[in-house]
Formats: sequence, C-alpha cells, structure tokens
Amino acid sequence: MKLALLQRAVARAVMQPLTRSERMRRTAPSGGRMSAYAARFIKPNDRLTSFERLEIYNRQYWFRLLSSMIEDFPGLQAILGSQRFESMCKVYLTECPSRSFTIRNLGAHLETWLCQNPSWARDRCVLALDMVRLEWAEIEAFDGQAKPTLRAKDFSEIDIPNLQLSIQPYVQLLELHYPVDDLLLKVKHGDDTPDLASNAVSEREKRSKVRAVAKLEAAQIFLAVHRLDFSVYFRRIKPEEFALLSALRSGKTVERAIELAFRKSSVPEAERGAFVQHSFQTWATLGWFWRADEETAAAGKP
Amino acid sequence: MPGNCFNGFTDYGIGIGLRAPHYEHILSRKPVVDWFEIISENFMIDGGRPLHILDQILEQYKVVQHGVSMYFGSEEKSNREHLRRLKELVKRTKTPWLSDHLCWGSVDGRYTHDLLPMPYTFEAARLTAQKVREVRDFLEVPIAVENVSSYAEYHVSEMTEWEFLNEVVEQADCGILLDVNNIYVSSQNHNFNPLTYMNSVPAERVAQIHIAGHSKFKKYILDTHDHPVLDPVWRLYERAIQRAGHTATLLEWDDSIPSFEEVHREAMKANRFLADTTLEVAV
Repeated sequence: MKLALLQRAVARAVMQPLTRSERMRRTAPSGGRMSAYAARFIKPNDRLTSFERLEIYNRQYWFRLLSSMIEDFPGLQAILGSQRFESMCKVYLTECPSRSFTIRNLGAHLETWLCQNPSWARDRCVLALDMVRLEWAEIEAFDGQAKPTLRAKDFSEIDIPNLQLSIQPYVQLLELHYPVDDLLLKVKHGDDTPDLASNAVSEREKRSKVRAVAKLEAAQIFLAVHRLDFSVYFRRIKPEEFALLSALRSGKTVERAIELAFRKSSVPEAERGAFVQHSFQTWATLGWFWRADEETAAAGKP
Repeated sequence: MPGNCFNGFTDYGIGIGLRAPHYEHILSRKPVVDWFEIISENFMIDGGRPLHILDQILEQYKVVQHGVSMYFGSEEKSNREHLRRLKELVKRTKTPWLSDHLCWGSVDGRYTHDLLPMPYTFEAARLTAQKVREVRDFLEVPIAVENVSSYAEYHVSEMTEWEFLNEVVEQADCGILLDVNNIYVSSQNHNFNPLTYMNSVPAERVAQIHIAGHSKFKKYILDTHDHPVLDPVWRLYERAIQRAGHTATLLEWDDSIPSFEEVHREAMKANRFLADTTLEVAV
C-alpha cells in the first residue's frame, strides 16, 4: 500500500470521534466494522488486537485536543456546561480539523463555526459568541506581535492631523453585547482553587459559575484586550475610543479618525479636545501606537 | 566523541527541557545547567511573554531546539509557514542542531498533533530522507531525527524499526536524537530486545540522547514523561554512552512536572555514566 493511502486511512480512524464512554467506535469511517478496518493496516500482538492498538492513538488524539480546547475556552465551557461544551468541541473539531502546525490555533475558527451552528448555545448564542471572541482575543493578545512603540513625547515632533498611526497588532478591539470580561475573570478565578480543595468545594464553585452565567444581563461594552509587561488585560473603553481606535487601525489619518469617532457621540463639542488628548496620552503610555509609515519607509530604503 | 557534524561539533553535557513552571526559578536563581532544550513550536509566535522569557534564557544559557510537528514522515510537502517561522527561531536561538521526530502526523493539511508511527518501508524511508534534506537545506542547521515510542505496527513494514532508522539517516545523511526511553517503551510493546536496537544504531550519527520516564499499563507501556527515569532505561542509556561516547543528554519531564530541583537532580544522575566515558567509542 502506498504511504499516502495508508496515512490517509489511519488518520481517518484516529480523527474519528470516540463513543460516549470514550472508546473507539465499532463502525469504521467507511461504514464497515472498525475491527476489520484496523486489521487491514495494523498488526495485532500477543496482548492487543489491531483495534485496541489503533484505539490508543484515537483516544490520545481526542484527549489532547479536548484538553487544549478546555484550556483555551473555559468561559465558553462555563456558559454551555461541561458536557455540552465537550460535545460541541467534538463536532467543531470534526468539521474544522486543525490545519496549523501549532495546537495554539485550534480555536481559530470557532467563532465563525459557532455563528453557523448557533443551536449549540441554545438561547445564549449572543453571549456564547461574545465569550468566544473574548477568549480568542486573549490568545492573540498574549503572543501577538509588538512593533517599536511610539511614546507620548514623540508626538511633539510629528504632523499629527495627517499622521497615520497604527495600533499594535497585539491590541484586540471588541464590541460586545454582554460584560463577558467580568464573567471570564470570575470563571478563571474559580480555577485557582488549590489542589487540596475537596470535591465539595469544587462542586460549589462550579455551581457558583453557573449562577453567574444565568444572572448575566445584556449590556453593550467596548473592550481593548491588550498586554502590559507581558500580562494580558481587559480594558473597558468608551464607544468614542473604540471608534477612534478602530478607524486608526483601518488606516485612517488621525484627523479623519477623530471625525468618525464623534459622529454619533454624546460628548459635548467643548469637551472633545480634552477627551482626545487624554485618550491619546493614555494609549501612548500603554504603548499601543506604532508608525506604519516609518516601517514602510525603512523597508523601501536601498 | 565530544562532538560531531550532526550536533554542530558541540560538546554539550546534561540539559533540561525548558518548561513554563520552572521559568521563575531559572530566571531568579540562575541554576547551573549545561543547556536547555526548548519545544520549537512554543516559541514560533510573533511576540509576548514566551519570546521575552526565551530571550532572557538565551542571555545566560545555551539552547537547543526540539520540534514536535515537522512530521518528516508525512507524505505531504512541508508547511512553508512552519518552515519560515522555524527559521526565524533558529536565527534567534542559534541552535547548533535541531531535532524533530521520525514519524508522521498530518495528512492533506490536517494535523493530528500526535507522533504517529511510520510504516517501515523503503518508499517511506526515501520520502522521509528527502524531506529531512529539504528541511536541513532550508534551515541551514544540522538535523537530528528522534526515534518515537509506538503502540502499533503495520502489516506493510518491510524492515525493523532500527533498520528503518538507519535507512533514513544514511539516505538523509543526518544525525540521530536517540531516545533510549522510547526504545525501551517500543521494545515492550512490540516484543523485541532493546539491546538489539541499541547495538544497531550507527553510533557516529548520535547527536543527542533523550531520557525520560514512562507509565506501565496492563497490556502496554505509554511514553508519558511524568516519572523519574526507570532502571531499565538507565541500563540502556549506559549502553548508549558506551557506544556513542560522551553525548549531549536531555531529561524530558512534561507532565506532573515537579520542582526544578527535582528535575535537575534526576537529570544529573546521567553523570554516573557520562563521568566514566572516555573519548573512545565502543562499537
């Protein structure tokens, strides 16, 4: 048998979802008996059948991937409940298998997939989608690229209105329908339970998380997920700040971005100057700016 | 044999796998360690804390890269984005050699994130060796392939695992990362004498050695890296050192990770065997 055919056949079996009792399915991907399917490729030995040997890899595949999803999306797990979350992950990973060399990217398509499969979140779809976006933004903010920072003092030397400022790639801007930042922090705080905690304590905390989800009321928030000193933070921002940062990120000049930011704003005209100045100072202090035009010019130099 | 072309002519001693729970201890206490092995994929990112930690480690220690997803044995072509990022990291760490596994794990662009065993066929050896050569040429750094532990064998195999390893490294003209724990685990799972394997390895190609712990189940052994090294593995290591001479040795401990001191103490047990070596190689 050719290498490609063998690898394709084995991978199909390895990536096939497990049964409810976490064993390999009795039915092969092609529809026949899995024992016969396994026996076509895998030798038995004096202790294990072909089926049992292949099953070791099938189980390892799912245990590894599900652990990674649980680690990356504890907030979504709290919203859906552990069992439903795990069932959803199995379908997601079957329909969107990893196409990256790194397991970090396993959840990269979860938001899109959940949008197309909203029944997994029942009546909490908007909340679930908000949480997925936040948890993915956290991953991106943790190890996203940081360009050389433009500090507050640099602003005195440049033509600000026509300047094209860029936002650091690691800064993630989110418009959300629920205060999922608070919920995620609560879920994660619960995970800090010491190993010595009894099962009863752990169960109480699980119930507390579920209550927190049930009580969560819709409330639009704007969030910048960023990092400072290599730790990720959730920073609530005002709608005008969100609009301004989004416009800068899309390549608008500072002048145009400010115009767009206040188009539907309730901030009085007289206070807008101070608002903008304060916002820029804060963001510059946090190191969120870099100059794309400088990098472009540097790249163009002979 | 303190160094060879497969490990960049280095004479590294005993290393430890760099793992997140130990970052703070290493950076604050600065323990004496010959070198650290990093999992390349954990640092093939654009920025943030992992690269910041790595840069601090690089200021004080020698680092060698070990990968888990190159999949030399996968029939499909290498992922260009993977190679580009890996080369960036190679430039950053200046790793004298780079290792990854003699296995496959991806098909048609889909990744299993596992180290799946190869069918030991001449076709597979040829394709694998070709890929090792391509990766080495692109990265411009010596490559060592690691034997994996396995739980399954294929009907189509035309040779033993050690014959396959030899076939690949001869055709690719590359080094070997000899994992003695993996030899032991596979020998128990597939009923062969681990010394037969050990004695068949071309000693002159051994760039590095891995030691680790494993877990015994009723019908098979799993390579879990969550225990100290067991005696049969130390005996195999002794034989490996007799054959290959003083060789860079790395303890892997990836699950249920104890304190840095405990991992370090376990790794340093390898000195019992390394201290006795001369530069002569017993073959």
